[in-house]
Amino acid sequence: MDLVVVGNGMVGQRLVEAVRERDREGRWRVTVFGEEPRRAYDRVALSSYFDGVPAADLDLVAAGCYDGADCVLHLDEPVTRIDLTEHSVSTGAGRTVRYDALVLATGSYPFVPPVPGRDLPGCFVYRTLDDLDAIRDAADHAAGQTRGRRAGLVVGGGLLGLEAARALRLLGLSPHVVELAPRLMPLQVDEAGAGLLREMIEELDVTVHTGTSVASIQPAADSPRLIATLASGVELDVDLVVFSAGVRPRDQLAREAGLAVGERGGVVVDDGCRTSDPDVYAVGECACAGGRVYGLVAPGYAMAEVVADRLVGGRATFTAADTSTKLKLMGVDVASFGDALGTSPGALAVTLHNPVAHTYAKLVVSDDAKTLLGGLLVGDASRYASLRPLVGRPLPGDPVAMIAPAGADAGSGAGALPGEAQVCSCHAVTKGAIAAAISEHGLCDVAGVKECTRAGTGCGSCVPLLKSLLADSGVALSTALCEHFDHTRAELFEIVRAGGIGTFTELVQAHGRGRGCDICKPVVASILASLEHGHILDGEQAALQDTNDHFLANIQRNGTYSVVPRIPGGEVTPDKLVVLGEVARDFGLYTKITGAQRIDLLGARVEQLPAIWRRLVDAGFESGHAYGKALRTVKSCVGSTWCRYGVQDSVSLAIELELRYRGIRSPHKIKAGVSGCARECAEAQSKDVGVIATENGWNLYVGGNGGFRPRHADLLLADVDTATLVTTVDRFIMFYVRTADRLQRTAAWVESLSRDGVDGLAYLRSVLVDDSLGIAAELDAAMARHVDCYTDEWAEVLADPRRLSRFVSFVNAPDTPDPSITFVSERGQPRPVSVGPVPVALEVLR
Amino acid sequence: MTTLFTVVCRYDDLLPERGAAALLGTRQVALFRTFDGTVHAIANRDPFTGANVLSRGIVGNRGDRTTLASPLHKQVFDLSTGACLDDPEVVVPVYPTRVRDGLVEVAAG
Repeated sequence: MDLVVVGNGMVGQRLVEAVRERDREGRWRVTVFGEEPRRAYDRVALSSYFDGVPAADLDLVAAGCYDGADCVLHLDEPVTRIDLTEHSVSTGAGRTVRYDALVLATGSYPFVPPVPGRDLPGCFVYRTLDDLDAIRDAADHAAGQTRGRRAGLVVGGGLLGLEAARALRLLGLSPHVVELAPRLMPLQVDEAGAGLLREMIEELDVTVHTGTSVASIQPAADSPRLIATLASGVELDVDLVVFSAGVRPRDQLAREAGLAVGERGGVVVDDGCRTSDPDVYAVGECACAGGRVYGLVAPGYAMAEVVADRLVGGRATFTAADTSTKLKLMGVDVASFGDALGTSPGALAVTLHNPVAHTYAKLVVSDDAKTLLGGLLVGDASRYASLRPLVGRPLPGDPVAMIAPAGADAGSGAGALPGEAQVCSCHAVTKGAIAAAISEHGLCDVAGVKECTRAGTGCGSCVPLLKSLLADSGVALSTALCEHFDHTRAELFEIVRAGGIGTFTELVQAHGRGRGCDICKPVVASILASLEHGHILDGEQAALQDTNDHFLANIQRNGTYSVVPRIPGGEVTPDKLVVLGEVARDFGLYTKITGAQRIDLLGARVEQLPAIWRRLVDAGFESGHAYGKALRTVKSCVGSTWCRYGVQDSVSLAIELELRYRGIRSPHKIKAGVSGCARECAEAQSKDVGVIATENGWNLYVGGNGGFRPRHADLLLADVDTATLVTTVDRFIMFYVRTADRLQRTAAWVESLSRDGVDGLAYLRSVLVDDSLGIAAELDAAMARHVDCYTDEWAEVLADPRRLSRFVSFVNAPDTPDPSITFVSERGQPRPVSVGPVPVALEVLR
Repeated sequence: MTTLFTVVCRYDDLLPERGAAALLGTRQVALFRTFDGTVHAIANRDPFTGANVLSRGIVGNRGDRTTLASPLHKQVFDLSTGACLDDPEVVVPVYPTRVRDGLVEVAAG
C-alpha cells in the first residue's frame, strides 16, 4: 500500500522513520514530498548555524532512511493539490501520485504583521536555512557599507524572536527586539520574570522595546540602511529587519481539498490525528488537535508516533500535550510549567525574586493554597525537574521553601512526592512504578531504571529525581570501577603489580569483561605508567589515554589545546621567557600566567603541537604535564636568597622536588608548594604537598587543595631536615599512587585512611614514618625507579616519526586546519569564537 | 538514492580502538577502528559543545554496544547508531563504511 507524506520537516521526517520502524512486514511504500531543496533538518537548532555549524550537521535524516526503493524522498517538489475522491496528490513537477493513506506535515509559515515597508530589501523572516543564508548575506553586505556597529531589528519578543536576536548577535549585529506585549515572552513568562530576563539579555547588547510595535519601515535617505519607526515614536536605524512574531499553520492545501479546518486555522484532527477524511492524517504545526495548534516540536513528534501506530493497526491516541518548557535563551535559563501565569480562577502565587543572584522563581497554587498549579523559573531552572511532577498535586510543604535557594530545606525532592506522582511526564511513569521497579529488579543505577521503566528517556529532566529515588531506596553504591571491572582502582593497581600485567587487553581478559570505557581505560593507562615507566603512547597504551594524554596537551572548549611547558619552581631565565613570547606570537597563541607560576599558551591546533614543542624543546623546555593526572608544579616564594624574612632557600627545594616527581602518574593531579618562612607566600597549605621553612628545617603538610571545596593541609612532620623531608614525600606520593581511588585528591584519600578510631593522618604517619606496614623500602625503591627512568615525553615524541604521525588534523588532509576553529581578537589576543552546543532540545516554539 | 563511497585512508592508518578525523568536502567525519576490526564513521562534531572533537574520544563498550565517549564532557555514543546513551534526545549522524583493498571508504554524501 502507498503512504504519501506531504512535507519533510522535523515532524514529517519523524513520521517516516516511525512508520519504517513499526512496519516490520513492509506493508507501506512511502513517498515523501518536500518543498525545500534540503531534506529534514533541525529547525530548533537554527541559530547554531551562525555558530559555524555546517548545514550538513543539522541534517535529521537517519542513515539509510531513503536508500531503498520502498521509501522515496522528492525534494524541491511541493504538493499543489489533493484529490480526496481519486486518492491522489499532484505536485509542482507535474507528477500525480496515488495514495492509500496521506499524511499532511506541512508545518507553518511565519506571520508577518502588515507593516508598511515589510517587503523592502533587507526585511526577512526566520524559518528556513535559506532565510538564514539570506540574513547572513545581508549582514555581510552591511559589514562593507556601514560604519560603526551594525544593528538589526527583530519583530517579536517571544521564543522565536529571542532565537532570532541570538542569531543576529552571532552575526555581529546589535539586535533591537520589538514586542507588542508589555513584556518579553508574554505567553510563558510573567512580568517579573520577563523583567529579569530583559535585564539579563540587555547586558548582552540586546535592546528591548516592549509595549510597542513597528509602525513603518523606510529606506534611509543617505545610506543603504533602513529606518524603522516604532509606534512609540522611536526611530531605529538598522541594517536589516527580521520578522519572527509567531507562526500560522499551513493549511491551504487542506482547505482547497475540502478538509475541515479550525476557526483559527489548522487542519482539524481527532485523537488519532485523522482529518475529516479517514484516509488523511495531519501532524505537527499544521494540525489542530482538540481545538489547539501546537507550535512545539514535542507534541508534533507525539502526533507522528500516533499516526505511525495507527498505520500499522494500532489504537494510539494523542491527548493534550504537556507544554511545559525548559530552555536556555541567550544563555539565560527559563522554565515554565503548568499554569505559569496564574490564570486559573482564585490562583495564588508565591514568588522569590533575587535581583542580586539574577534569579526569579514563582509557584502558582490553588485558592486554598493546597495544590500546585504551575510555576516559573528564570535564571536558575535547576528545580524544574522536581517541581514539574507536582503540578496538580497537593503541596508537600511550604511553597516558599520549595523555591528557596539550595541549602534551605527544599521539601521538593523525590521523598516529598506521593507514590502516584508522575516523575517522568514524557512517558507517564509514576514514582510508585519506579520504586517498584528498583526493588523488583534490584536496579542500582539510572541506566537500569531507564531500561526498565523508560523514565528519563524522554526529555531527561527527571534524571536527578531518578538518582534521588535510587538513593532513597537504599541502593548501596557499588565500589566497582565501572561495568568492566568489579575492582577498585587500588585493587587493580595491586593486580597489575603482582601479576606483572603489561597491557589493558591482558588485564580486562583476565580480571574484567568487555572492551573498557572512558573510565577504566585511563585508569589502567595511569597504573601501567606508574609501574612500567614506558612512554605513555607506546603500543596499546596509546589507545587508552584520554585526549589530553594522547596529544600531551589540554583540550579546550573549541577543540584546540593548551601548551604549558615546565617552569620548575616558577624560576625562568629571561632568555627562556623570550622564547615563550616568540612561540606564542609566531603561532598566534593566547598567553596567560597560571596560578601555579607557569605560562599557559592556548589555542594550538593538534597539527601545530609538534612544531610548537620543537621550538620549546630546542630552547630547553620540557613537558609540564598540565594535561595529566600527574605532578603539576611546585610553587615557591623567592625564599631566603632574596627575601629579608626568608629563613630557608625555598626556590632550590621547590626545584628539587619538582624535578624529582615530574612525570609521575597518579590517581589525580598533585600540586605542591614551598614557602621560605611562616608568612607562607607560596600558599603551601593549600597544596597536596606543602612545605614551610622553619628556623630548624622544614614543616611538611599534606592533603590540602584549592578548587571546588578548599581544604587546608595537615601538619605531618615538623622541623625535619631536607633528606627526611624528601624521603617522606617520596613515600607519601607512592602510597597515594598505589592506594587512592580514581580521581581522589590527597585530601579525600587521607580522610579515607582513618580506621578503628585512628584518624587518617595518624595512620599515614605510622605507615610513612614508622613503617607499620613494612612497605617503606618498596615505596622508596619504586620512587627511585621513577626518578631514574624519567624522560621528557615531548622530546621522545619529537624524536619518533611514528608518534609524530598522530598529530594531524585529518587523516586524509594532514595539514588542513580544522575549518570550524576560528578566533576573534580581544584585548590584543586571540579568543575562540563561541561554538555553542547543537541544541537538540525539543522546546523552542516554531 | 545511490550511496557514494569515498576513499579516506589506509586501514592501517587507523590505530586499533582509536579514532581519526577525516575531511569529506566540508563535512568532518570521525573514524574508529574497533577491537573486532570494524570501521565506524560518525560526525566529528560533538553535539553538546559544537567542537569537532569526537574522533579524539575513548572507544569502549557499554553492554553489547560499541561506544565512544566525547573527550570534552564524556557523553557516550553508540558507534553503530549514533545514539547518545546518556541523553536520549541526542543522536549524531552515522555514515556507512567499508574496507576494500586495504583502503577505508566512507559514504558521507
